[in-house]
Amino acid sequence: MSVAVRLQGITKRFPGVLANDRIDLVVEAGEIHAICGENGAGKSTLMKILYGMQPPDEGSIEVLEQERTFSSPREAIDVGIGMVHQHFMLADNLTVLENVILGAEPSRGSLIDFATARSRLRELGDAYGLELDLDDAVGTLEVGERQRIEIIKILYRGARILILDEPTAVLVPQEVEELFRNMRELKAEGHTIIFIDHKLDEVLAIADTITVLRQGRSVARVKPADVTAQDLAELMVGSELPTPETREVTITDRTAVEVKGISVVDEAGVTRLRDVGFSVQCGEIVGVAGVEGNGQGELVEAILGIAPLTGGSIHLHGDDVTGWSVRQRREAGLGYIPEDRHRRGLLLPAPVWENSILGHQTRTRFLSSRVWIDEDASKDHASNVVERFDVRTPGVHTPVHALSGGNQQKLVVGREMATDCNPLIAAHPTRGIDVGSQAAVWEDLRRARAEGLGLLLISADLEELIGLSDTLLVMLRGEIVARLDPARVTPRELGAYMTGAAA
Amino acid sequence: MTWTGVRRVVGPPLAAVGLALLVAALVLVVSGADPIVAFGNIWEYGSRLETVIESFNRATPLYLSGIAFAIAMRMNLFQIGVEGQYILAAFFAAYVGAGVGSLFPPLHIAIILATAMIVGVAWAGLAGWMKVTRNVHEVISTIMLNAIAVAGVVSFLLGRWKIESESLDTRLGDIATTGWFPSLNPIVELVTREIKRVELTGFILVAALVGVAYHLIINRSRLGYDLRATGANPWAAEASGVPPKRTIVLAMLLSGAVAGLVGMADLLGDQHFYSLRFPQGLGFAGIAVALLGRNHAVGAAVAAVAFGWLERASGVLEVRGDAPREIVTIMVGVIILFAVIAYALAQRRRRIEAAAAASAQVESPATAEAEEADT
Repeated sequence: MSVAVRLQGITKRFPGVLANDRIDLVVEAGEIHAICGENGAGKSTLMKILYGMQPPDEGSIEVLEQERTFSSPREAIDVGIGMVHQHFMLADNLTVLENVILGAEPSRGSLIDFATARSRLRELGDAYGLELDLDDAVGTLEVGERQRIEIIKILYRGARILILDEPTAVLVPQEVEELFRNMRELKAEGHTIIFIDHKLDEVLAIADTITVLRQGRSVARVKPADVTAQDLAELMVGSELPTPETREVTITDRTAVEVKGISVVDEAGVTRLRDVGFSVQCGEIVGVAGVEGNGQGELVEAILGIAPLTGGSIHLHGDDVTGWSVRQRREAGLGYIPEDRHRRGLLLPAPVWENSILGHQTRTRFLSSRVWIDEDASKDHASNVVERFDVRTPGVHTPVHALSGGNQQKLVVGREMATDCNPLIAAHPTRGIDVGSQAAVWEDLRRARAEGLGLLLISADLEELIGLSDTLLVMLRGEIVARLDPARVTPRELGAYMTGAAA
Repeated sequence: MTWTGVRRVVGPPLAAVGLALLVAALVLVVSGADPIVAFGNIWEYGSRLETVIESFNRATPLYLSGIAFAIAMRMNLFQIGVEGQYILAAFFAAYVGAGVGSLFPPLHIAIILATAMIVGVAWAGLAGWMKVTRNVHEVISTIMLNAIAVAGVVSFLLGRWKIESESLDTRLGDIATTGWFPSLNPIVELVTREIKRVELTGFILVAALVGVAYHLIINRSRLGYDLRATGANPWAAEASGVPPKRTIVLAMLLSGAVAGLVGMADLLGDQHFYSLRFPQGLGFAGIAVALLGRNHAVGAAVAAVAFGWLERASGVLEVRGDAPREIVTIMVGVIILFAVIAYALAQRRRRIEAAAAASAQVESPATAEAEEADT
């Protein structure tokens, strides 16, 4: 089999940092090649070098057995390399067709030849089973569909080697299935796919070959048949991993948060939460399982004070806080790890240190008086979070949009953990972060629990839920349909409750 | 600040001004004037002490207007109602100031300023109130409130409250001398020479104080943090406990208070009465000041002085018959246009560099700390 991409001895230095350290990568033509590694292992830098976005300091790039040096993505595209970035680059108010041809329009005279474009796209779509309505405005489409547009975009530009940067990070399980189906069809047509991922079960399911990066080095090249997920995780992290299991019981008689018969009706008049009630004691982790969109988001927003209640009451440490503002609740100790860190959790253009006090900006430890923010104390706090939670950032003045997704998540989690919140509402706290950091977050949650934290944990990762929780609630259509003992339930049974198959 | 830091802050506006000079030269050539002569004349006239003082007098209200706009802009409110707010404020302040007769000077001035700020606050607050209760976009409400203030309230009341005078101007009564703001000429003359015809407005000190307060409140205070957080991400700010509606109203009120002061340099330092000839357009000019100054206290000051100087110094073009002074309007427009482009490009580059540096961050955070300490 011929070799599609051969990178040899790629080294890339940034001021004070060795991002890629003599990395070797061999991708055979027509295979699906996964690149795994922790956040900051150098995966993205390596792909940017291959795609011509950054020049390597040392090392050689061979594409289809020809040595190449790229000074821009344009040159990489010319030899048949295409890349789909983690964050899509699409114009929302243009149609699918317009987005795909944007920048590479076929023309007739000075006009865009839409007819030719349309027929070429139909051919592409048919050939790879990529179904799309060309005249839909992109803004109206689901994430999975947008991703398909990005893939068609690079195919349209003649790509034979596709680089996908964490393609599954933004998808729900059904969409992942669909993506994998598309990837297999592309492979069947002779395309080569390089994809970055750190969800190990996915990697094992789809990849033909796996290259593992750690600390900027390539540490292994393996076939999925020869390794288990545990092996891969250890290769990535370099040590044995703990599991999410919680051991001794630390539940106290103090109630951290209690929710009594709350209901929420949304703006359209649809009931989102119906008569939900439970309590979380200090030292207890209550897990909420459920297929996304069954009221978990509304539950979190109701406790936080953003979603207005149509009935019921909410209590923090024994106080009825139903009429309190978000700020009063946060000052009472309520911590929050949002489901969508970009929307609810971070100020992307603001520096790390400002983000490290977000949600706690009224605490006296971050203020030098009633009026002024204590910048020094805040920066010390930020450095502390960065260090304790291994947030990889050049410094506390770096704007947060420059951090990778996993490091942003670690910043959000670290911020809430380092400010001694109680209770803490955590929605998908380990989403998007690598296995090593995931274990560290679990460890931190367990330690905080032992110290008396009451945690409401919402997660899509059933192992995480079962492993960490003292009590498990299952939500379905805005109601709590089951209360389970995590010690006695299997993921399979849990799944049955979540879909309503078990009564 | 490091050298690159300085270059990044100063580079884009300087590039914009340079390009604007080029475009202006082209326009001059096309209109048949010699750009070197014209620029020479502007420079020669503009470097006179009197012109410089006039420039600062002009820059003072421009700066206040820019800050008023910037306050709201820091939380993504496009408050274009400064125009109506300052005219309405100046009108009522002039009416009250003239009505109270002679008073102990600091008290008289305080009454006038308080009136102006209250009117500015009320008018801006109206737009804020409409936004939080009725979800009316602030651009729509402030545009309408501008029209209502200038064409409605002021015109109507001016007709009723005007005084008889020998001039053809429709005007209110004079503010007694106890309500005049002192000029800074004696102080300037200590270090320069005798100043003819013009007086440097003492209100420039008030503007400077407002600038300092703006900087501190926005960048250092809790309120400023909440405001900027809302500007950067209203959803995250809300989840962090910032009350969204109260913050919107508060930003509008602060902005309105500063807007109320915009006309005070002219009212207290120069004209001492309100008339149909009271300066207009300062509110919109302030948007350009904030834009060029990037909503920064010092940046806006530089922009205000630059625009003030261009406007005053260009008067010479017409006097000498070199070219129409509209050439300066073209230059101001081009400066703004190029500044916006230059900022966008600079920001894009910074983002790319920051992302590259952060994605390269593979070693331990302890080393990152050390690096941090170096810079």
